[in-house]
Amino acid sequence: MSGHDDYTHTGSVDMTDNSTRIDQEAIDQLTALVGKYPQKRSALLPMLHYVQAIDGRVSPRGIEVCAEILDITPAQVAGVATFYTMYKRRPAGKHHIGVCTTALCAVMGGDALLETVERKLGITTEQTTEDGMFSLEKVECNAACDFAPVMMVNWEFMDNMTPEKAEQLLDDLAEGREVHSTRGPQITSWADSEKVLAGINDGKADEGPSAGTPSLEGVRLAAEKGWTGTPDAESQKGGDS
Amino acid sequence: MTETVPMAEMVTVTIDGTMVQVPKGTLAIRAAEAAGIAIPRFCDHPLLDPAGACRQCMIEIVDFGNGRGFPRPQPACTTETAEGMVLNTQETSNAAAKAQADILELLLINHPLDCPVCDKGGECPLQNQAMAQGRCETRFEGTKRHFPKPIPLSELLLLDRERCVMCTRCTRFADQISGDPMISLVERGAKQQVGIYPEEPYDSYFSGNAVQICPVGALTSSDYRFSARPFDLVSTVSTCENCAAGCEIRVDARRGEVKRRNAGENPEVNEEWTCDRGRFGFVSNRGEDRITKPMIRKGKKWEPISWPEALSIAVKALRKANDRVGVLTSGRLTLETAYTYSKFARTVLKTNSIDFRARPSSSEEADFLATQVAGRKDSITYADLEKAKKVILVAFEPEDESPMVFLRLRKAVRKKGLQVETLAPFMSRGSQKLGATLTLTAPSELPKAIEASEADADTIILVGEVLAQIPGGLTAVVDKVEASSAKMVWIPRRAGEIGAIEAGCLPGLLPGGHPVSDTTAVKDLEALWGTELPTTQGLDASELLKKAAQGDLKVLITAGIEAGDFRDSQEVIDALENTFVISFESRMSDVTKYAKVVFPVALLEETEGTFLNWEYRAGIVRQAINQQRTPLTEIRILAALAEALGSNLGFRTPMGAADSLAEIPIWGGAKPTPDKVKATEVPTLDKGQLVVSTWRELLDDSRCLDGADSLRATSRPIAAKVSVGTAKDAGLEDATTVRIASEKGSLILPLVLDPTMVDGVIWVPTRAKGHALSSIGVGLGSTVAVDSPDSKEGEK
Amino acid sequence: MTATLAPVLTRNWGTDRSWTLEEYKAQGGYEALSKAFAMKPEEVISEVKDSGLRGRGGAGFPTGMKWSFVPQDNPKPKYLVVNGDESEPGTCKDIPLLMASPHTLIEGVIISAYAINAHTAFIYVRGEVVHPIRRMQRAIEEAYEAGLLGKNILGSGFDLDVIVHAGAGAYICGEETALLNSLEGLRGQPRLRPPFPAVAGLYQSPTVVNNVESIASVPSIIKYGKDWFAGMGTEKSQGFTIYSLSGHVRRPGQYEAPFGITMRQLLTMAGGIRTGHELKFFTPGGSSTPILTADHLDTVMDFESLAGLGTMLGTKAMQVFDDTTSVIRTTLRWVEFYKHESCGKCTPCREGTWWLVQLLTKLEAGQGEEGDVDKLLNVADTITGKSFCPLVEGAVACVTSAVKYFREEFEIGYTTPAWEHLPYEKSALFTIADKEVRS
Repeated sequence: MSGHDDYTHTGSVDMTDNSTRIDQEAIDQLTALVGKYPQKRSALLPMLHYVQAIDGRVSPRGIEVCAEILDITPAQVAGVATFYTMYKRRPAGKHHIGVCTTALCAVMGGDALLETVERKLGITTEQTTEDGMFSLEKVECNAACDFAPVMMVNWEFMDNMTPEKAEQLLDDLAEGREVHSTRGPQITSWADSEKVLAGINDGKADEGPSAGTPSLEGVRLAAEKGWTGTPDAESQKGGDS
Repeated sequence: MTETVPMAEMVTVTIDGTMVQVPKGTLAIRAAEAAGIAIPRFCDHPLLDPAGACRQCMIEIVDFGNGRGFPRPQPACTTETAEGMVLNTQETSNAAAKAQADILELLLINHPLDCPVCDKGGECPLQNQAMAQGRCETRFEGTKRHFPKPIPLSELLLLDRERCVMCTRCTRFADQISGDPMISLVERGAKQQVGIYPEEPYDSYFSGNAVQICPVGALTSSDYRFSARPFDLVSTVSTCENCAAGCEIRVDARRGEVKRRNAGENPEVNEEWTCDRGRFGFVSNRGEDRITKPMIRKGKKWEPISWPEALSIAVKALRKANDRVGVLTSGRLTLETAYTYSKFARTVLKTNSIDFRARPSSSEEADFLATQVAGRKDSITYADLEKAKKVILVAFEPEDESPMVFLRLRKAVRKKGLQVETLAPFMSRGSQKLGATLTLTAPSELPKAIEASEADADTIILVGEVLAQIPGGLTAVVDKVEASSAKMVWIPRRAGEIGAIEAGCLPGLLPGGHPVSDTTAVKDLEALWGTELPTTQGLDASELLKKAAQGDLKVLITAGIEAGDFRDSQEVIDALENTFVISFESRMSDVTKYAKVVFPVALLEETEGTFLNWEYRAGIVRQAINQQRTPLTEIRILAALAEALGSNLGFRTPMGAADSLAEIPIWGGAKPTPDKVKATEVPTLDKGQLVVSTWRELLDDSRCLDGADSLRATSRPIAAKVSVGTAKDAGLEDATTVRIASEKGSLILPLVLDPTMVDGVIWVPTRAKGHALSSIGVGLGSTVAVDSPDSKEGEK
Repeated sequence: MTATLAPVLTRNWGTDRSWTLEEYKAQGGYEALSKAFAMKPEEVISEVKDSGLRGRGGAGFPTGMKWSFVPQDNPKPKYLVVNGDESEPGTCKDIPLLMASPHTLIEGVIISAYAINAHTAFIYVRGEVVHPIRRMQRAIEEAYEAGLLGKNILGSGFDLDVIVHAGAGAYICGEETALLNSLEGLRGQPRLRPPFPAVAGLYQSPTVVNNVESIASVPSIIKYGKDWFAGMGTEKSQGFTIYSLSGHVRRPGQYEAPFGITMRQLLTMAGGIRTGHELKFFTPGGSSTPILTADHLDTVMDFESLAGLGTMLGTKAMQVFDDTTSVIRTTLRWVEFYKHESCGKCTPCREGTWWLVQLLTKLEAGQGEEGDVDKLLNVADTITGKSFCPLVEGAVACVTSAVKYFREEFEIGYTTPAWEHLPYEKSALFTIADKEVRS
């Protein structure tokens, strides 16, 4: 639910940039994704995530390769690639920054965060910094409203943001310092995240906490008050709080 | 349409107070039509799967048939009727009328106000709806959606995205009907639009249908764009001359010129579709080479002469020739014209030497046509194709050779689970779209493959015209039908071939299927025609050409033939050079070049007549424009020639010819039993030799397509195909082109490796521009030498 | 009446390494599975039916009944699809569940698939949340390694494969038929119904699509019994559920409670409105449900009571806004969301959201004209009730409910920009030095 855009430019894929890094290995990987599904076209969304991981965007070559593997037309692939907002037409940055500005986050400070990030990076939404380090988009509600206002880095949560925290975050990323998602692993790159979305496990499931504080507010209060939900909860209560 | 539905499956619904009976499950919008009530719609189309996208057809469901109604209006295009349903449309329900007006308002907020310059203006459903139901003034004061002006979807089609109402008729047509989803919805929400992948334009044989069903002016054709206003056009319902499918078409003309052609509505034949060749391929007679006056050749120069002079020169030559004459008609003539040639040959020239097969043919085929095709009363129909369990394609590529057969087969595959098997050298694009099972078959193995195929009474075998080139092929089909009780139908490419057979344009065949070899049949016709008929055996096309080349044929009458259409064009030219050619033509051609006299003939749109399609169904050709210049119809000219020769055809108009033909009953007597033709041995190939497989693609170098440059630009890329293994064996692995050589010459074509291709075979389009196989005297089943033009061996 | 919380699904979210199989099992995980395998599939369906479990994804359709619609005589394979496309503004309960306790869902998936005789299940998770997807992927690996997935699970003879599938950015894919299209590699546009997914869903085969929370609730029903579950909640809204509170409350977060709790009780548990401010309005169940105000604080938060107020329980996502908030600004943002997420298929949604955004933008900027509020309602009426799927009704609901309670504030939009009337920086949860904060 990301990617606001204007309505003037033409649709479809950016054909002015034909560069690609899709090689035989990438094609083999794309073909392997097909095998997970009862019907091969089901693999298209993961395949396009993978194309992005390799080419930094949905490249013309990526579209053609997906069409060939799935035995559908490139127009059909383009129809899908341009429907979903996570698929980028132009190269995303090493780090892809999202700022939620749907109603609740916007009101809680998301609009101010977006201004801060735009000013800091010197770009507006749907753009990438010249050094290729950052791209930026306004995201729609990211299912973390109890952590508002929310930012995303490479689709990892950056919860309860403030302008100060945002500036620090961008500085740290730019300098290559170690940055951790507030509810996730150490940040590496957007391309790495796209591979996970393609269905390729990166072994980082064990990083980060089980949940953020707001997710646990109810459990904490229940423990405090001695409220339980399940008949056998009493005996286990001790460990929970 | 003609099928009756058992009463048990009928339901009664009440629409605007009118009770109507419809088959259960009929969509409410169709049920309303049955009750004579038109509900406005944009996305709905009776031949496409329902979409429910535009929401224009909202109606009130007062009672769903279960005593309960719906609180809000529902779209009629997705509501299935059930017994006892009570529906109210905009005619009687304020709620329905308001819902429709609301949708219309929403559709118009982003629609440009460019009706005065829009091609659709005057015949636009959206415009009509806005006039009927729209507000006088807009309430929308905001910013409209803007897109840059038209973008090409192909050389033929342009898309004006601002006008599009997202009904998805075009994308659904492309995907569901023709199976060419090279157009797709792209983007989403307010930015959603129809698009192509820029590297793969919408080059479908059927793309023009998308323009025709577009309910607004979003899709236009580059050929017709800005050339006329709908209200200036005069429409004539006619029949397409581009193939034997028999499409009903609507010919729109203005000031004596045809401006566009659309598919007519004939549910039994083309439903509401036609192919791009039929739609756009009608301008070939508008060039500089159009002949409008009789001409005589003096040396290399042509001189116009008067009609009487031309007739007298022809008469002189014919008198001198006595019976050493022959007539080559073509498969492009109407039934009436073909009949006139046939009667002219028999009763005036007193010869049986007439043949319509201006293409590769054989005597086996002539026998097959006379015994299996001529005088057929119970032909297979389109409806039969839909009902069949299995169809076997034998040397037949429906998408290229008979596009409406292709669409009907595809419909049957999608809706009725028809199984298609193709005996072919590779999986063609058409076969792929039919989900066909491919039985890999090299040309010379066709007879064996036919014999081995599985067929029963629910199977229909579709036979293509190229099978004539494989000895024993047609014999194998006949044997198979006998052995399996399968049904069979021969589907020619050209519009006039079935008519030519019925008219008796074959040496052994008189009109109505009367065999020349049967004395009773001949007597019957002599009685009807009131004259004695020749009894000497006639010559067929290849015999006529051979005779002429030897100088033994004194006069050859040709009607619309082309040397390049035969298997060996040089043989045709050798013949033409050595005889006195009287040519009936509308344009100068490679045949008129060698003619002594040329009679200019009227164009199809200037005349009238009948085409019998492959089903034997008569399609009426109506005069769409007045004859502008001096040419006469061939019937008129032949009548004059007959009179000048002291004879009389008995008619001089198409109507007269039709009446004369109608007097001839279909021959009910015995048919000759032709000798069975044995299949030839499968050739053993030397290194570097391959067997040719070929058929004519729909859009090729056919002269009928001259002038339709945008249409031609959508034809498939010219390429020869071989299998990967064959390429390796022939040293063509890395070649991008291939040289194909016969004794008569060689051709160089781009080469494509096809993973589905049978080994030992090279497929070549029969008549690609600049690469006609006939120029090197090669056809289906020929053995040729191939090599890479880049390689060293190639230079030797 | 004092309300209490009842942590069932959220119970283990805070434990160390709660996402691992080891920890889940230590808490009694997968005990329900063995119990289910001892039952016949139709008995599992009855148990869930009788528990009164209703879908937690917004529509509240009885889960067991949905399962019973699957035609078992249909020879095609059956599919279970878990809808984890959590995207409705305000909704934030499924994502933490996937992250903290993926095995709860997997256990629910195995039992549910067993009940409907499905041997392939998909968990469709929106793409913009990588870590929950990672945890799901790992949990499924663990389950396969432990013989909880794959062939002959725990010796039961039942086979099941589970595939985690990441979306790619489209709110509409939360609509079940759009989700199925998306899962088939198509544009995520809704399909015509009938046929319903239970009859012809994924690959035109019988398919059950259930929300994450619904499926995750199944193991507890099997383990503790339908009577335990049905014993909680109200007459028609039985059991417990996760309420999500966000916005201007002191302790936003997830509060799992039996149905029957009121908004006032929930708000109190969340610490009330932030200091110095009062409640202005809230959504009861995500942005698609008409808003309510302080007058409705004592409403019982169940399906029936909210329907009685002309709104819906939806996803039980309460976005809470205090008196600093501009209702025009908030409404515009919601409508912009629907415009952005409109799939484009049908006219009312595609064109209607286009129009509404323009009208609201004018009002936010103080450039409205006399009559524009009526026009806004008129246009909303033009749009409503005609669309292919319910997406645009969310946009209409935002507008009509906001005007219903705050008409005067909208009329201020004829003269004064919203950011002047209610300075935006005052709504932020942090101090904004430089005052120019607006979109």
